[in-house]
Amino acid sequence: MATFNLTVNGKKHQVDVSPQMPLLWVLRDVIGLTGTKFGCGIAQCGACTVHIGDAAVRSCVYPVSSVGTEKIVTIEGLSENGDHPVQKAWEEIDVPQCGYCQSGQIMAAAALLKSTPNPTDEDINNAMTNICRCATYTRIKKAIKQVNAL
Amino acid sequence: MSELENKLNRRNFLRITALTGGGLILGFNSLSASSPEQEQSFDLNAFIKIDAKGKVTIMSPNPEIGQGVKTSLPILIAEELDVDWKNVQIQQAGLDTVKYKRQIAGGSGSVRASWDSFRQVGATARQMLISAAAATWAVPAAECTTENGMVLHSGKKISYGELVEKASKLEVPKDVKVKPKETFKLIGQRIKNVDNHAIVTGQYKYGIDTKREGMLYATIIRPPAFGMTLTSFDDTEAKKAPGVKQVLRFENKIAVLGRTTWEVMQGAKKVKAQWKEEGPLESTADYIKNLHALLATSPVDKPRRKDGDITAAFSGAAKVVEVNFDAPFLAHNTMEPMNFFAHVKADSAELYGPIQTPERARSRVAEILNIPQDKVSVMMTRMGGGFGRRLMTDFVEEAAMVSKLAGNLPVNVIWSREHDMGGGYYRPMYSYKYRAAVDKDNKLIAWHHYSAGVGGSASPDSFPAGAVPNLQVDTHVYKSPVTTAPWRGPTHNFIAFSEQSFMDQIAHDMGKDPVTLRLELLELAKSSPVGKVNYEPDRFAAVIKKAAEIGGWGKSKGANIFLGFAAHFSFESYVAQVAEVEKLADGKVKLKKVYCVVDCGTVVNQSGAETQVEGSIIDGIGHAMFAEITLTKGKPDQTNFSTYRMIRLNEIPEIEIHFSKSNVAPTGLGEPALPPAGAALANAVYAATGVRLTSQPFIKSDLFA
Repeated sequence: MATFNLTVNGKKHQVDVSPQMPLLWVLRDVIGLTGTKFGCGIAQCGACTVHIGDAAVRSCVYPVSSVGTEKIVTIEGLSENGDHPVQKAWEEIDVPQCGYCQSGQIMAAAALLKSTPNPTDEDINNAMTNICRCATYTRIKKAIKQVNAL
Repeated sequence: MSELENKLNRRNFLRITALTGGGLILGFNSLSASSPEQEQSFDLNAFIKIDAKGKVTIMSPNPEIGQGVKTSLPILIAEELDVDWKNVQIQQAGLDTVKYKRQIAGGSGSVRASWDSFRQVGATARQMLISAAAATWAVPAAECTTENGMVLHSGKKISYGELVEKASKLEVPKDVKVKPKETFKLIGQRIKNVDNHAIVTGQYKYGIDTKREGMLYATIIRPPAFGMTLTSFDDTEAKKAPGVKQVLRFENKIAVLGRTTWEVMQGAKKVKAQWKEEGPLESTADYIKNLHALLATSPVDKPRRKDGDITAAFSGAAKVVEVNFDAPFLAHNTMEPMNFFAHVKADSAELYGPIQTPERARSRVAEILNIPQDKVSVMMTRMGGGFGRRLMTDFVEEAAMVSKLAGNLPVNVIWSREHDMGGGYYRPMYSYKYRAAVDKDNKLIAWHHYSAGVGGSASPDSFPAGAVPNLQVDTHVYKSPVTTAPWRGPTHNFIAFSEQSFMDQIAHDMGKDPVTLRLELLELAKSSPVGKVNYEPDRFAAVIKKAAEIGGWGKSKGANIFLGFAAHFSFESYVAQVAEVEKLADGKVKLKKVYCVVDCGTVVNQSGAETQVEGSIIDGIGHAMFAEITLTKGKPDQTNFSTYRMIRLNEIPEIEIHFSKSNVAPTGLGEPALPPAGAALANAVYAATGVRLTSQPFIKSDLFA
């Protein structure tokens, strides 16, 4: 066990956990931010996507000890009032079915749009590799394309 | 339909309860009307709450798995109540078999079962509010109208909130007329998922997110292979692992409980368990061999359907067409792995989590704990997918057992993906043998579907049943230790693929256009039906014609573009699809687009309906293309998404959907667009390459770019 000082959504948290514990479980079970989801535990599905610095990271395989001083943003902190352009587009296009993977999808899309504000189909295909079992992909694509239009 | 549901149907009528503090609750009463005083003390069947300030809350009783019922069922009530949707709040109701009927998510049945009754609830409440306003103004009720939560009469208006107290004292009117379709304001519109904001902000709490004071997380070690049982285990190291609080055995499993999910999953890896072989440890090759061997024998059981005499028809045939198909096991793979919260106390239990069948879960847990059902409460959370897996109640029963054995502690039992995919329930493996006979006049005179499967497998009345004079459906069930369960579009999900692929092959062998052949058969089902016909030939033909039209069937789309056709009737809905593939320079095929026509009766929520159909098509294509569970000596070879391939965003086709205009009641929509998708693609591949795909996943064929 070791002590880590994390900045999550602009708030400081001190946690006493195993250095190997993936950030996902520190967020969910220790800090109590459950918007970041567990899907596979091996960085395949992307349900656990958060931002570390500006990068979209699959937190289920990211040891808490690797975070260092980087700032962490989760779905709960993507915007103060739940009105990040990607969140608004997701609501407007009515993307969620079961909704479980969508916080990871939104975090992946937000990171894509930050680095590539006008993504091509190919950019979207390459960046959006998260699994949606309900297969809302058609609307995910549409929502990303409409972010700038809304 | 269960006996209970029948009883409710016979007796249900609407009733009202005055809310303390003012307000109105209206719902179905499942009890007799003999004791009105007693009724007042029950909070019966609540659907609508209107408080004195006019705030409207509509309860949604059915479990939400992503099929959209938490939005579409309240729409039915709000439409008739005539309230502004923006001012309506929706609440998920917990399991309450006294208040509600059929709290199940399955069989694409929630809207079908509620279409009449939910609108009746709304219409009756509206009528009572009108009566209250009419009495207030001393005008005839018939002269009053409503709009957005107000009753109106010659320039005067009064809000529902101001009327609820008076309305709650009125007798419940009988047989209130519901709106004619032309006057719908909400039904058929694009209404967004009511939980969208909570979902996109990460605030919605799924079952897996449940955390309570004093609660322990738990994970369960299961047999590594189907057919193995636990003999002994050593938990010395596990108990020393950080965060682990308890290790306990129950049945054939070991539970590890502790402070965090990850710590219990790590702790579980340190348990040294010994397993022994109980039954045969079969591999996929054994299953295929054994299923094929069954199909080589004569059917032993009574046919599931028998029209005419296939033996005579085949012996007199001018041409016989035969194709065999094989389906793999499939995992459900809900994105939210199985989990459930349970807190078992001395003589009661609280259950909380994602379950498609809360009533079954309650009765199973009551039985296991040996306590009365009314001491078990079940609250359903929005589910991170179901697909049939959460019709099973094994994970709820486990949570209750673990809570009890841990000393009546609150627990959240969370499955790892490996356990969810490797040790759960699967879509059965099937092998099908189809034979058809064509006579000298090029008429389809016989059809034989012979199926062998691990679990039930046939839809005996599926088209072309009813259109062929000699038709027989035979089944064999192969016994196996592999646990199987319904999987989205149960039986239909592979029947449609095989039957529609076979139809395509027959058309080809007859030298007929596949769409023409289907339409001719439907004409026969209409003009000279054979046996039971469970579909309406005209509605079926209409979706086929429309799909052919929008898909450009029969028109040239360029030398490298090929089309495949499929149509299937399931859950009372008709779906026809055209898949469009491109043949690339190297001869490989790429799916470009799927055109889809759906007749699901009245569309309740246009946005919800479209997303269900889009999702179903991609789900159908994805599983047909990529997915399988194979076994090696009883052990699943795929236990996570690294080896079980799911379709992703870069692999989806363009989709164009058309809903038939309809005046009839809504029919199923969570499933019907999935079954034909694989066949439409396979038939397009046949058109492009001449190769008939007969087993899934297609990716093994090496035909795809």
